[in-house]
Amino acid sequence: MIEAKQVNFYYGDFQALKDINMRIEPHTVTAFIGPSGCGKSTFLRLFNRMNDLIPGTHLTGECLIDGEDIYHKSVEIDALRKKVGMVFQKPNPFPKTIFENVAYGLRVNGIGDRKYINRRVEESLRDAALWDEVKDKLKKSAFELSGGQQQRLCIARALAISPSILLMDEPASALDPVSTSKIEELIYHLKKDYTLVIVTHNMQQAARVSDKTGFFMLGELIEFSETRKMFLNPEKEQTQNYITGRFG
Amino acid sequence: MRFNQLNQLIAFSIFRILGALIVGFLLLILGFIIWQGVGVISWDFLTTAPTDGMTAGGIYPAIVGTLYLVIGSMFIAFPLGVMSAIYTVEYAGNGKIVRFIRVMTNNLGSIPSIIFGLFGMALFVNSLGFGDSIIAGSFTLGLLVLPLIIRTTEEALKAIPDHFRTGSLALGASKLQTIHRVVLPMAFPNIITGLILSIGRVSGETAPILFTVAAYFLPKLPESIFDQVMALPYHLYVIATSGTDLEATRPIAYGTALVLIAIVLGMNLLASFLRRYFGKRINV
Repeated sequence: MIEAKQVNFYYGDFQALKDINMRIEPHTVTAFIGPSGCGKSTFLRLFNRMNDLIPGTHLTGECLIDGEDIYHKSVEIDALRKKVGMVFQKPNPFPKTIFENVAYGLRVNGIGDRKYINRRVEESLRDAALWDEVKDKLKKSAFELSGGQQQRLCIARALAISPSILLMDEPASALDPVSTSKIEELIYHLKKDYTLVIVTHNMQQAARVSDKTGFFMLGELIEFSETRKMFLNPEKEQTQNYITGRFG
Repeated sequence: MRFNQLNQLIAFSIFRILGALIVGFLLLILGFIIWQGVGVISWDFLTTAPTDGMTAGGIYPAIVGTLYLVIGSMFIAFPLGVMSAIYTVEYAGNGKIVRFIRVMTNNLGSIPSIIFGLFGMALFVNSLGFGDSIIAGSFTLGLLVLPLIIRTTEEALKAIPDHFRTGSLALGASKLQTIHRVVLPMAFPNIITGLILSIGRVSGETAPILFTVAAYFLPKLPESIFDQVMALPYHLYVIATSGTDLEATRPIAYGTALVLIAIVLGMNLLASFLRRYFGKRINV
């Protein structure tokens, strides 16, 4: 379970997130929508502490995963990131073979058992619905794959270390419609083993894949509710305006 | 329209002539050295010591000396340079200290090489008591090429897009693992290019070795790093300016120049070959 309590986040003097409270249940898909610069990606990146890489940021409030404050001093960031995987907007496989891309997370975690690695690579590629397409060319460079395949490879790579949560930052925005629908199908299937949080610019996508949706604007969480309810009968006028395209 | 086309024609012609001029000069120098020097090149020339007051014989000790100095200086400068670059690019951020280090690195690179020679003599030869020796010369040459290695490594690291780093960190890899397993392998071809360019630079420098290691005439090979050696650039300088019979030794001087140029050009060719080879292997 993911919880945010009174979260405020700043890039220098700029406040990117204002007083956000949210609770995300396990084995659900949650979508974040909102206009560019609304803070949805920033909020997503709080949960694997990717924002730590940006100098001059700070956070108030609490981010909890399974009841544990992930910004507490005793938390090891590496360990947190093993538990909370991430898929980025642009497919970013390493310049290694397909096999080594998936095995990477295992290797950096000190796993050397070849049988285990072989098994995990296959399982992860199957989970990411990529196995049948790449099983004969595992030793080929990941760069030979298409954009959509590369993105599924990145998902497999994230799954290989068995996270419990998977964060996806606009995972399909750089892909063609066919690849996009594959990723969406995949998100639907992954729900039974993982908790998924996905940032998207595409409202139809949010409507198709998610159980709950959060609408962000100017750093505030305007509305957070069941996806169906949000799209059929939003509580707030701002949400209504945004999802019907009458924005601004 | 016609005016523009004419302008373009004139501009392109000028560029072509200038381009041809540069290539022409390079070929002229190479051709002249080869024409003058190729006559003395023989197996004996490459494998024996100078004789008869350096008016005859070969340049073997100078080749070996230059080789030792290249190896010695790279042993010192390469790890140091690569590690400093990793520090400034990957760890230090972009604060005042890093900018200061960068400015200083560039300044270090623009100091005339004779100053390095004097500094090396003061510090390594005298203060540290190494005497005129391979180790003193290697340190001096190492310092000389340090900015070049730092610069090329920094550029190589900066050329790696950040999403490879974040991708690795997001999988729970530490910063060090990310550098070791993702960033360095990708930057490797360009880092190696920097290394080989510095080898070319080191093998051609005269001033830094003048007071730190180079021997005027020393037919015997060094036995330890505290011995002096002959070196190709200095040997060339000596037989071209202060030999016992300058006219008679002119062909030897050109032969030495040819060997030196061959080494430097060979290094540059090797650099571009390795760059392509590893570039392909990593990016395919």
